[in-house]
Formats: sequence, C-alpha cells, structure tokens
Amino acid sequence: MMGKESSRPLLDTDLDDVVLEARLAKTWETPTGFWGIFATVDHKIIARRYLATAFVFLFLGGLLALAMRLQLSRPEARFIGPDRYNQIFTMHGTNMMFLFAVPVMEAVAIYLVPLMVGTRNIAFPRLNAYSYWVFLFGGILLWLSFALDTAPDVGWFAYVPLAGPQYSPGKRADLWAQMITFTEVAALAVAVEIVVTVFKQRAPGMSLDRIPVLVWAMLVMSFLVILAMPAIMFASSTLILDRLVGTQFYNPAKGGDALLWQHLFWFFGHPEVYIIFIPAVGMVSTILPTFVGRPLFGYLALVSALVATGILSFGLWVHHMFVVGLPRVGESFFTASSMAIALPAGVQIFCWLATLWAGRPVFKTPVLFVLGFIVTFVMGGLTGVMVASVPFDTQVHDTYFVVAHFHYVLVGGAVFPLLGAVYYWYPKICGRMMSERLGRWVFGLIFVGFHLTFFPMHILGLAGMPRRVYTYQPELPWAGLNLFVSLSSLILATGFLLFLIDALRSWRHGRPAGSNPWGASTLEWATTSPPPAYNFRRIPVVSSLTPLLDNDGELTVAAGLRTDRRELLITSVVEALPQSRESSPRNSIWPFLASIATSILFVWSIFSPWAVVWGAIPVALALIAWFWPKGSPEDES
Amino acid sequence: MKERIVLETSRLPLHAMGMASPTWWGTCAFMLIEGSGFALAIAVYLYLMSLAPHWPIGAPPPDLWAGTWLTVVLVISVIPNVLVSRWAESRRLRRVQIGLLVMIVFGIAPLVFRAFEFMALHINWDKNAYGSIVWVLLGLHTTHILTDLVDTIVLTCLMFSRHGDNTRRYGDVQDNSLYWNFVVLTWLPIYACIYWVPRL
Repeated sequence: MMGKESSRPLLDTDLDDVVLEARLAKTWETPTGFWGIFATVDHKIIARRYLATAFVFLFLGGLLALAMRLQLSRPEARFIGPDRYNQIFTMHGTNMMFLFAVPVMEAVAIYLVPLMVGTRNIAFPRLNAYSYWVFLFGGILLWLSFALDTAPDVGWFAYVPLAGPQYSPGKRADLWAQMITFTEVAALAVAVEIVVTVFKQRAPGMSLDRIPVLVWAMLVMSFLVILAMPAIMFASSTLILDRLVGTQFYNPAKGGDALLWQHLFWFFGHPEVYIIFIPAVGMVSTILPTFVGRPLFGYLALVSALVATGILSFGLWVHHMFVVGLPRVGESFFTASSMAIALPAGVQIFCWLATLWAGRPVFKTPVLFVLGFIVTFVMGGLTGVMVASVPFDTQVHDTYFVVAHFHYVLVGGAVFPLLGAVYYWYPKICGRMMSERLGRWVFGLIFVGFHLTFFPMHILGLAGMPRRVYTYQPELPWAGLNLFVSLSSLILATGFLLFLIDALRSWRHGRPAGSNPWGASTLEWATTSPPPAYNFRRIPVVSSLTPLLDNDGELTVAAGLRTDRRELLITSVVEALPQSRESSPRNSIWPFLASIATSILFVWSIFSPWAVVWGAIPVALALIAWFWPKGSPEDES
Repeated sequence: MKERIVLETSRLPLHAMGMASPTWWGTCAFMLIEGSGFALAIAVYLYLMSLAPHWPIGAPPPDLWAGTWLTVVLVISVIPNVLVSRWAESRRLRRVQIGLLVMIVFGIAPLVFRAFEFMALHINWDKNAYGSIVWVLLGLHTTHILTDLVDTIVLTCLMFSRHGDNTRRYGDVQDNSLYWNFVVLTWLPIYACIYWVPRL
C-alpha cells in the first residue's frame, strides 16, 4: 500500500529542522523513569550498557589475573589454595572470553553499525534489548557462583572427562555450561541483528563497495558467530545432559568419546579468536585513514582478506589438539591451514603499513594504540606460526609459552585496537574528548607493562613451566622471572586504572567534542555527539566510501519519512536502492520480562530436566505478548 | 551538517514482503543458526558411528513405520504450506485463515507419530552414546516442530483478530511458511541418518 494522502502532514518533507527534530524526538526518545530503563530499545543506550558491563567484567577479570600473579610471585606461596586457584584461572579465562571479549566487540557493533550505515535503529531492536539482559544475567550467574565458592574449576574449555559427571560432582561444571548458554543466546541474537541491519538498512546508495571496513568486519564477525556458536551450544548442552540425565556422549566406556568434546569446543573456539580479532581489524582500518590524512590503502584487498580470514578460521581447530594423537595426515593439513591464515593477516598488515607510509600520520592516542597493536600482534602471529608446527607445539603445549602466545594475540590483537577505538569513538558516544595527555600515559603504561608481563612468559614456557599450576618448588629455575612478571603486571594494571580514571573523568569534565572532532569521513560523524535518539534528522544518501568528504561539507539526504511513527528506510542488499519505508518497533517491557523467564529456565535446568518443559511456558507467553500487535502506528502497512 | 535533499521516499510502500522485508532475512539467519546446529548433530552421529565397532550399539536399527509415516506427512504438508504462502502473497484473508487451520493439523499429526518414534528406537538415551545421539537428534527436531506449531497457532489467532488483514501479517504468514519448509527439509537428512544409515 502506498502512503495515503491523509498522512502527508506527518511527513518530514516540508518541516524546518527545529520542528522536525522536536517531532522525531517525541517519537523516538526513551521515556525517563523506572520503566523506561527496562523498556528502551534504543541501540545506543543498549550498546552503552553492553560496553559498560563488558568493561566491568574486564576489570574483574583483571583483578583475578592480579590475584594469580600474587600467588605465583614466589615459589610455594600460600596466598591462594589450589581449589580457589583452579576457580580463579577458570573464571579469568571464561570471563575474559565470554563476558568481555565477544560482548564488547558486539557492543561496538551495536553502537556503531546503525550509525555507520546511516539508519535510525538496529534491526530487531527488541531482540537487542533481550540479548543484553540475557548476557547480564549470565554474567551475574557466573560471578555469584564465584562469590559462593562454587565457581567452575575445570578451565575455560572445560575438557571432559574432568568436567564430566565422574570427576566433577556438584554443580560447578554445570554453571560453566549454562553460562555458555546465556552468553551464546545473547551473541547469536546480536549477530542476526547486525547481519540484517547491514543487509537491509544501509543508507540509499551505500552499495557493497561503499560499506565502511568496520561494518564489513562486523558482518564477517556476525557470520562467524552464527556458524561457530551452535557448536559450543551443542557441546555445553550435551555436557549438561551427560551430567544431569546420564547421556553418554563423552563416556568412552559407553561408546562416547572424550575427544568429541575437544573437536566441538575448538570448532567453535578457533573461530572465536577471529570473532574477537576481525572487529579489531575493522577498528584499525577505520582509525588509521582518519589520522594519516589519506584513504585506506587497498580497501578491496582488505575486505577480501577479512572474508578469507573468516572462512579459513573454520579450518584450524585441530591445531589446538596436536598432542592428543590424531592421524598424521590430519595434523599436516591443519598445520598447512594454520600457516595459510597468516596470508590474509599479512595482506591486512601490509595495507596498514602502506596507508601509514603514504600518509602523514598524526600521532594521537588512537594511533598509538594502533601502532602498539601492529607490533604486538605481529609478535603474537610469529609465535603462532611457530606453534602451528606439530613438533614445536608438542614441546611447548600446556606451558607458559602458549599463555604468552595467546595473550599477545588476544590483548595485542583485540584489546589494543579496542582501547584505541575507545579513545577514537568516546567523543561520539559521550560528547566529550578523553584526555590526550593521560591517553599517552595510558598507552605507555599498558604497552610497556604488557610486554614486560608477557614476554618473559615465552621464556618461562621454554624453561618448562606448565600452565595452571597454583605454585612451584623453589629448586625450579622459575622464581626470578615469575617475580619479574608479577611486578610488571602492576605496571599494566596501573595503565588500565589510569584508563578508567580518564574515561570517568572525561565523562563530566572532558572538552566538548562537537560532531566531528577528528575530521573523519564516515557517517557516524555526520550527526551530533552524542547522537539524538533518532540518529539522523534525515537519512543520508551516499555516493562514495567517504560520504563526509564529498559535497564540500554538505550532506545529501532523503526526505519523505513519517514523523509520527518510528520509520526508517529499507534498501536492497547489493546496491542499496530504496525498497520501503519500514517501521521500527517501539519500546517494550516484554523483552526484559522474556529475558527473566529465559533466565529462570536456564538456571532451573541446571537442577532438573523438567525445567525445559515447565520453564518454556512463561518464555512462550512472554514472547507471544512481545510480538502481539498493540495497534500502534508502527503496525500500519 | 548542512543538508541537501536529493531523494524523495514518500511514495515507497510502508512494508514490503519477501526479500525486501527484514523479518524474511531474520528468519533466514535463524534458519542458518539452526541448520548449523543440525549439521553438527549429524556430524556427531557419524563421528560416534566411525568410532564404534558395531552400529547401532546395543540395539537393532529403529523400526521404520513411525518415522516413515511422519516423513510422508511432513512431505505432504509442504503442499498446503506453499498454498498458504501464495494466498498470503495475494492477501486473501479467508483462504489464509483456512490454510493456517490446516497447517495446525499438519503440525499436530507429526507429533503423534513422533511419540511412537521414540519407542521405535528400542534404546534409551542413557544406555550408550548411540542412544544419546538418536534421542538428541529426535528431541531437537521435536522442539523444531513444537516451536513452529505454537507459532502457527498464535498466527492463526492473529489472522482471525482485527489485526489480521494487514500486509505485515501476510508477511508473517509467509515467513512462517518459509520456516515450516525448513522444518521439513532438515528432517530429511535426520530421517536418513536415524533410520537408514544403521541399515547400510
């Protein structure tokens, strides 16, 4: 049905800017007050919550790391007992991977993707709200269990048979498995939203070759989530079944197999690394051009490399299992594929170096983090090529060499770009700049602290120190380096503390940013900082990869949308030609209530299989109430 | 920033169907998630089979009749399902309502056969890994049927309500049909896996 003539006065076409902004604000704003908090579906508010929650988990996980460093600072220390230590290293890994790294990257996507593609809200905004609450409750569940001394103690990958019913009685492993369910449901929901936002809600004219690299990166990440996370959900669910109702998936005595767990876990676990790393590639590729004053070198090569990395990441999982005794041919294949993924990574690195080389870099804090990222990630990549070789891996498997390697890759490859991204986009999100002076200190402390903490771990690993030991004997030659590592970790922690202080202080007292403080070229900078509830007064129309550099500071836009209901433009997948004026759902309390019903089901099912039957009823009722039309203008068609 | 209007969109429809609709793509994305889950479950079945000296372990192959009848019912259900989708496309409310009622029957019928299928396996989930994986395969697909049945029932109520005659609802009916086709399609490899692979 075409827009009726009677609805013409409600269109934005002839309104002047002030009236238009007032009308859009009335339609899109989140009401203040108690229920507004739980009912909002604004992607920016939800992304801010996601970011804040993920950073809280980062700092909590950092405190756990410091506790471990305290215990390991000298031989036979007695600060932490072996059982608590098992819980702490399990919590540290689980928390950092599932409650920090993946959610924080998705949070960045939730905030930036709708702005960068020039739309007014994420696709399926209520699902987005639901995903946040589910994630939050999953995180609270894990940390509550830690507070009650019943936290999982089986490592972040919870290998069977240790995590199985025979060797881990009690509910610790179940809590780990169910925390997985919480976070994966949340992650999958966000992935679907991102895919549909990128496919269908891009600004008119933003054809595939004009999509910002960060948006490409988030799209590839979302597909990795969609294809990889079912594996870990299958694994964790069957683990709970083995423990609760006596299925025999992982029991070799009854036809099951312990290695099946490792296959399932790493079929998810390796793409997981790229779920974290690929968004970081997008961040770096967005930050660099802004500060070197020239467009990114090799857009096509970079995007192709992103996609190639995503595909190859599914062919690597067995390199985590080189010492379990698989057939030699299989191992050789996975050695080859592990080395092959260095190729697209190399393409990315050379594109960035070329961008830097050909431009005039201005070394602001975000660029410092990018440089720190390149140095650190290349070092992590080199040890990665080393452990891709089976004989070498056999020597260093389960030693601190591997601990050093994956911290170089994960912290160097994802946390450095993320911190750079925080300094870069903080002005957009909060409307104020972070401190450049403090930022340099933050970078210096974190960069130096990181390398002093983690580089010696390579040596400790080569000297034979195993992972996950709660202490070591004085006659072993590890004490000196361990003390050095523990002291260095204080430098690293100071850097993060300073970062926290800078972020909190700038929130109130930072210099006002204006809409585009860096002179950047992508659409999120076309609107005010922070953006209004409706993101853009009028939907932008795009004719290049750098829409803000075209037309001498003028923004080409579309008109003809309604202002009395939440409306945005749907465009075609390839060319982004306008297809319809689709509505976007209003605020609703039902996603929150559905997430509570879901949480009850999940927690209950740790204790009884009947929870799946009876607990599903409130979930179904909440979902029906969520989707049932309420007769709002958004339902018109 | 200063703005210049270069595109007029007021003539665009307020909702579009099929590939122009975000919910269509959302449904596809969820099908991709569930499809990966089913593919993995089948891979696990074949993996466990490759380890076992005899397959099935400790039980005869499942009886064929219940599963085969269910397969026949599911395949036949595609015909009314496609019809409902077409009627929804041409916005014929009365036919859509009747078609959805038929689809509810086609959602319940497989569940009856499914109850017998669990018995036809001749093994419990806790006896060995073979029992575990066939129960999980059947259980997963039963959840699939149940989810779509509840969805169809709610949608039927909606189509009989004052909210029914709306392009948006017709789009929902189409997406629901798309999802049911997926439910049928995923069953075929699972059926082959549970009933015919042990007979090879």
